[in-house]
Amino acid sequence: FLTPLYFMEGGSMEQEMGELRRYRTQSISRGEFSLSDSFYFYIKGLESIVDDQVTQRFSSEELVSWNLLTRTNHNFHYISLRLTIIWGLGVIIRYCVLFPLRITLAIIGLTWLVIGTTLVGFLPNHRLKNWLSELVHLMCYRICARGLSATIQYHNKENKPQKGGICVANHTSPIDIVILANDGCYAMVGQSHGGLMGVIQRSMVRSCPHVWFERSEMRDRNAVTSRLRAHVAAKTNLPILIFPEGTCINNTSVMMFKKGSFEIGGTIYPVAIKYDPRFGDAFWNSAKYNMVNYLLRMMTSWAIVVNVWYLPPMTRREGEDAAQFANRVKSAIAHQGGLLDMAWDGSLKRAKVKEEFKEQQQKMYSSMVMGKKGRNSQEPHTESTRRQ
Amino acid sequence: MGSTNSTLSKIPNVEELVQETGFTPAHIVRLYDRFEALDKEKTGHLRPQDFGAINRLAINPIGDRIIGAFFSPGQETVDFHSFVRILAHFRPADKKRPKDPSMPEPVNSRTSKLKFAFQLYDQDKDGKISRAELLQVLRSMLEMQVTEEQLESIADRTIQEADLDTDDAISFEEFRKSLEKVNIDHKMSIRFLR
Repeated sequence: FLTPLYFMEGGSMEQEMGELRRYRTQSISRGEFSLSDSFYFYIKGLESIVDDQVTQRFSSEELVSWNLLTRTNHNFHYISLRLTIIWGLGVIIRYCVLFPLRITLAIIGLTWLVIGTTLVGFLPNHRLKNWLSELVHLMCYRICARGLSATIQYHNKENKPQKGGICVANHTSPIDIVILANDGCYAMVGQSHGGLMGVIQRSMVRSCPHVWFERSEMRDRNAVTSRLRAHVAAKTNLPILIFPEGTCINNTSVMMFKKGSFEIGGTIYPVAIKYDPRFGDAFWNSAKYNMVNYLLRMMTSWAIVVNVWYLPPMTRREGEDAAQFANRVKSAIAHQGGLLDMAWDGSLKRAKVKEEFKEQQQKMYSSMVMGKKGRNSQEPHTESTRRQ
Repeated sequence: MGSTNSTLSKIPNVEELVQETGFTPAHIVRLYDRFEALDKEKTGHLRPQDFGAINRLAINPIGDRIIGAFFSPGQETVDFHSFVRILAHFRPADKKRPKDPSMPEPVNSRTSKLKFAFQLYDQDKDGKISRAELLQVLRSMLEMQVTEEQLESIADRTIQEADLDTDDAISFEEFRKSLEKVNIDHKMSIRFLR
């Protein structure tokens, strides 16, 4: 059916340039320019026009064999009548049987969340209140998870995030929250919305502290950091849940973690989340689908099958700055979840890329041409060649 | 229902495109999907800004020139057919194809690829790479890393080596000659468009 989309990245700049110049009698170390040097950049440029690794991360993972969902069917060839009939049956089951059941469950779950948390909110601050609040939250998230037919397997539960800590995970979809909250209670962090989301947010806050920011507050990084710090410092507060990539990635790799979350202090509890793509594609491509459309697709998939690994807690080492710490945590998560550890920034999805990357390439090339000893510059991006 | 077939039917003159470029229908569909993905405003055409949004291209030192290769002089947009035709130049050569002198030269031949590479340097399309044009390319690739003198001496040396008729510029024939030992098919082909 389908051929996987990945391709060999090709050699490093040095390797490729070396091959280009092989016919010349001088060695690379002598430097010098060759007219064919530009071919390297030319071809890399064309390859990125035809496809590029980074943009790939923002589209859904391709499957090796079809799972009977039209949406994962990229290169459809009409194979046989039998397959089409099976597919048709699948559609009927998913849309007419599973979907209504799931929608009902989801509505029940959310309604109960609002009612339950509001009721608990009337109680005075007491251990009982906290216990009830956790109960209500857990119950609702579990109902919602059923509403998605989510099958979650938790590993290494002994490393579960503790109160006063910060839970950090890779981000694939808004459903991540439901997945994690099925097994423990977290303080959510996010922007306060209006509408239905706003109602849910406000009622949640009544029963236990979450951290909702106004849109204007989000821009002031210091304000954000200090509010989170205050939350963490109160050791009785639930662990905060943060997704440092800043945006949804397609669950085949982990992109650069924003260092802001790692400047707050406190203990970091990394969590790796890996969805099984065969049953349903959980990735939210926010450019392509809005939230409602996305949830509809979720509820008409076969199931959401997830593996969650709780990693041992990490703290910042002496002499390590926030960015290095962030990278260390990211690698741990990528390694555990079997995801590619990419140094690209998730915000590349939206913003223009930094000039620094271009400069790095120029630096590398210039050291070849000028024959300097400066062969110490690394490739602009580190990509582990391991692929699941 | 079917992706490939319905996509194929959306593209006008597919047969012609397949004949001309040597891409398989599956490749063309893939390129069409890519074209649509880049064409964010769904105009059916790509403008230089749409290429500029590709991150890896934006950090390529000669990214602007590569984008320029897609737009004929005076044109501000490129349609799908032109997009595919230009990319067809970089298809790896068909090893099995017999060398038939009566057939027109395939679009992805060695000469064709070299012509493209030549045009990268020869921006004013006068058939020669002047010293100034060479300096421009060098500047893009080296920018802040070397001094102007070093750039000039590199340019001088390169022209000296390649310029056989001593007109202080590199013609296409001289360009071709100086690269005769380079495996152009390997180095100027996009690998996964096989």
